[in-house]
Amino acid sequence: MTLAVRVIPCLDVDDGRVVKGIRFREMRDAGDPVELARVYDAEGADELTFLDISASHEGRSTTMEIVSRTAEQVFIPLTVGGGVGSVEDVHRLLRAGADKVAVNTAAIRRPELVAEIADRFGRQVLVLSVDARRAPGTDSGFEVTTHGGRRSAGLDAVEWARRAAELGAGEILLNAMDADGTRDGFDVDLIRLVRSEVSIPVVASGGAGRVEHFPPAVEAGADAVLAATVFHFGTLRVGEVKRSLADAGHPVRM
Amino acid sequence: MTSSVVVLDYGSGNTRSAVRALERAGATVTLTADRTQAMDADGLVVPGVGAFASCVQGVRAVKGHEVIGRRLAGGRPVLGICVGMQILFEHGVEHGVDTPGLDEWPGVVERLDAPVVPHMGWNTVDVPAGTTLFAGVEDERFYFVHSYGVRDWTLRTHGRTREPLVTWSTHGGDRFVAAVENGPLCATQFHPEKSGDAGAALLKNWVDAL
Repeated sequence: MTLAVRVIPCLDVDDGRVVKGIRFREMRDAGDPVELARVYDAEGADELTFLDISASHEGRSTTMEIVSRTAEQVFIPLTVGGGVGSVEDVHRLLRAGADKVAVNTAAIRRPELVAEIADRFGRQVLVLSVDARRAPGTDSGFEVTTHGGRRSAGLDAVEWARRAAELGAGEILLNAMDADGTRDGFDVDLIRLVRSEVSIPVVASGGAGRVEHFPPAVEAGADAVLAATVFHFGTLRVGEVKRSLADAGHPVRM
Repeated sequence: MTSSVVVLDYGSGNTRSAVRALERAGATVTLTADRTQAMDADGLVVPGVGAFASCVQGVRAVKGHEVIGRRLAGGRPVLGICVGMQILFEHGVEHGVDTPGLDEWPGVVERLDAPVVPHMGWNTVDVPAGTTLFAGVEDERFYFVHSYGVRDWTLRTHGRTREPLVTWSTHGGDRFVAAVENGPLCATQFHPEKSGDAGAALLKNWVDAL
């Protein structure tokens, strides 16, 4: 008996709509996050992540409705992130139907938020999202960034992951900002460093372009692999990624 | 006639999926803490996420422990899910604090001893012969998310009643109870409502037997 490596598609949601992608054959509306969630579920996705990139308050309310509709129709775990700033935000998302909530910038500003959320809802709901990039001169060689990787947060990425795990994070979503969008593969150095410092699950994100990119991320220590673009544009399908992992000897849910 | 199920509403996290998944399994579902409704329903589901102590407190606050006890005395089905299963045991130890549970089963809920905790994701289960809950999905994976579990099943019935069926799972070398079928009282450590088609089949097995 071995835990399966999780394959997690991520959907970028803006004002209740999926940011442009392809229209899968089985979809009537390519912009509807709930429809896309159903397609991914049918393909064998192990979890789903919604990243809310809405700038407005109205956009965020729309996201709540999307989360509710998804939770009523898709029976796999759902993580929601993007702009989560308080215990109250987490409460609203969980009530709407999210199983886990990803926190990023707000935890950098105020690390106690991690402990507050874990104390109230249990650490299993809290995913700490870390946007890391290479930075010579830091202890680990990686630093934390904000604003989509454009600004340094002045924190060592590996040390931040370790501290957040200690404060009560239940999982680390590790976004390699240098690799993000390159489709050249995951940053296995970053995954290996964080894996060696924390004993909570690590989700690798950023850089996936081909099926053969996934096994090395798992071999470096990732418990789960997340990708947005390659799934969204149909470059890769969830099933292909799982077959590639299985061929490399990693347990997957088929 | 469709079976009626109450999901006990005591402030536990995400109950929306449990309600919908049970509806999909063919039940008429009500989310409530009302004692009469919880007593009268064909089945009672006790959900639970987060800390053992706060779940016990939440269930006791709505007199859920009395409802569970009376239902079981009358042989009426109850299903515990995740921490809703854990609180059915004698006690739980979290962060060094020992909290009494509802004591339907002997045993202690303690921290898993594995390299990566929480145990989060889809795992296989070792199902005993004679199962009703897992009929047709014995070889499927189910979705777990927990840091604590029950390592020893100590209830011995010595043939006086039917021996409980205990399903096990393993994470990082640590073995723990994944499900129990004990007459009217059933429970799963994993989340059937989050376990896709396999979880739906398990819930349907439970609802069909009500």
